[in-house]
Amino acid sequence: MLEVCNLACSRGDHQLFDGLSFTLSAGELMQVEGANGSGKTTLLRTLCGFMQPLAGEIRWQGQDVRKLDEDFYAELVYLGHLNAIKDELSALENLRISAGLAGCAVSHQQAIAALRRMGLRGRETLAVKVLSQGQRRRVALARLLVSNAPLWILDEPLTALDVGAVSLMQELIGEHLSNQGMVIFTTHQALQVAGVATRQLALS
Amino acid sequence: MNKLSLPGLLLLVIKRDLLLAMRRRADVLTTLVFFVMVVSLFPLGIGPEQEILRKIAPGVVWVAALLASMLSLGRMFSADYLDGTLEQMLLVPQSLSMLVLGKIAAHWMLSGLPLVLIAPALGLQFDMSAQALWVLIAALLLGTPVLSMIGAIGAALTLGLRGGGVLVSLLVLPLCIPVLIFGAGAVEAVSSGMSVISHLSLLGAILMLSLVFTPWVTAQALRISME
Repeated sequence: MLEVCNLACSRGDHQLFDGLSFTLSAGELMQVEGANGSGKTTLLRTLCGFMQPLAGEIRWQGQDVRKLDEDFYAELVYLGHLNAIKDELSALENLRISAGLAGCAVSHQQAIAALRRMGLRGRETLAVKVLSQGQRRRVALARLLVSNAPLWILDEPLTALDVGAVSLMQELIGEHLSNQGMVIFTTHQALQVAGVATRQLALS
Repeated sequence: MNKLSLPGLLLLVIKRDLLLAMRRRADVLTTLVFFVMVVSLFPLGIGPEQEILRKIAPGVVWVAALLASMLSLGRMFSADYLDGTLEQMLLVPQSLSMLVLGKIAAHWMLSGLPLVLIAPALGLQFDMSAQALWVLIAALLLGTPVLSMIGAIGAALTLGLRGGGVLVSLLVLPLCIPVLIFGAGAVEAVSSGMSVISHLSLLGAILMLSLVFTPWVTAQALRISME
C-alpha cells in the first residue's frame, strides 16, 4: 500500500501543491489530473524519489520510502516522458538492458514474447532509430511486461500510441490490477479499464 | 524472474556501455587521436634534441593523457541524462554506486586503456629507454582509472548545465594534480636511476582510495543533479 500524507512540492521557488494526502491499495488505479503545470509530473517524480518533497511523507507498506530507499525501487516501475531507450541498440537489446537496470535478468525468450505482445513482431532486432515514435513508446512500455514490481508509476503512457496500442495498454493495466498491482498515472487521453473504477486525484 | 546480483549488474553496465561505444566508434577514436596528436606536436615544436625530449617526455605524455580524458568526460552521463536512461538508473534496486562503478570501468576501458596501450609507441618519439617505457605503462595503468573516477564526480555534478564541458575541466583538473605528479615522477625517477616503488605505491594508494569513495560520491552527485 502506498500512503501519501500532507505532501507539499515545489518547483524552484514556486509551490505547486500542499497538504496532498491519499492512499493507493492493491488493485487500485489512480489518475492524477490537473492543468498543464499543476505538478502532475512533479508528484510522480517525487514518488520515485527523484525530488525531495518540501513537507510530508510517502510511505510504502507502512515504512517511509526514504528509509526503504533501494528496497522501494525494487517495488516500482517508472515510465517517464522520455522513453529511456537507446537509438543505437535494437528493441531486444534495449528491453533486456533496461530490465537488467531495473534489477531483473530477462531471458531472450521472455524479451521476445514481451515485444511481440506489444505489437513489435518482426521489429525485435532492428535498431530503434529506424522505428517510429509510437513504436519506440511500445518498446519502452514492454518494460512493464517483464517486470514483477507491484507499483506502476506512469507519466503520460499513451503519448504517440495508436488506438490499438491504447486498448492494449488498458488490457495490460487491467491484468496488472487483477494481480494485486497498483497503478498511478497521468494522461490527457481517455483510459478506461474494464471492471475497475479509476480514482481521480485532482491537483489545482 | 531472477534478481540480478551485484557483479551481474556491474557486468551488464560495462557490456552495455562497450556495446554502445562499438556502435558509435567515432567517439572513442577522437579521444585517442587527440592524445596522439598532442603528444606528437612536442617533438615537432621543440626540435630533435634528444636530451630535452627525454626530459620532458613523461610530463608531456601525462598532461596529454589528462587532457584527453577530459574530452570524453562530458559523454559519460549526458547521453543517458538526455534520453531518460539516467532516471531509470537512479531506480536501480541493487546499488547505484555499483552501477556507477560499472560506468566508470567502461569509461576507462574506452578512454584510458587505449592511451596506455599506445603510450609506448609515443614514448619512442621521445627516445625513452625501454625501462622508462615500462614504468610509464605501469604508472598510466595505475593513474588513468583515477582520472576516470575523479572525472565521474565532475561529470555528475555538471550534468545538465550549460557549458558543462568547460566547467568539468575546471573542477576536475586541479584534483588530478597528485596523479600527474606521481605518474610523471615515477618515469623521471627511473630515468635518473632511483627507485620507482614509492611513486607507484602512492599511485596505487590513490587508486584504492578513489575506488572506495568515488562511486558513492558520484552516485550522490547524480541524485543531486537529477532534482
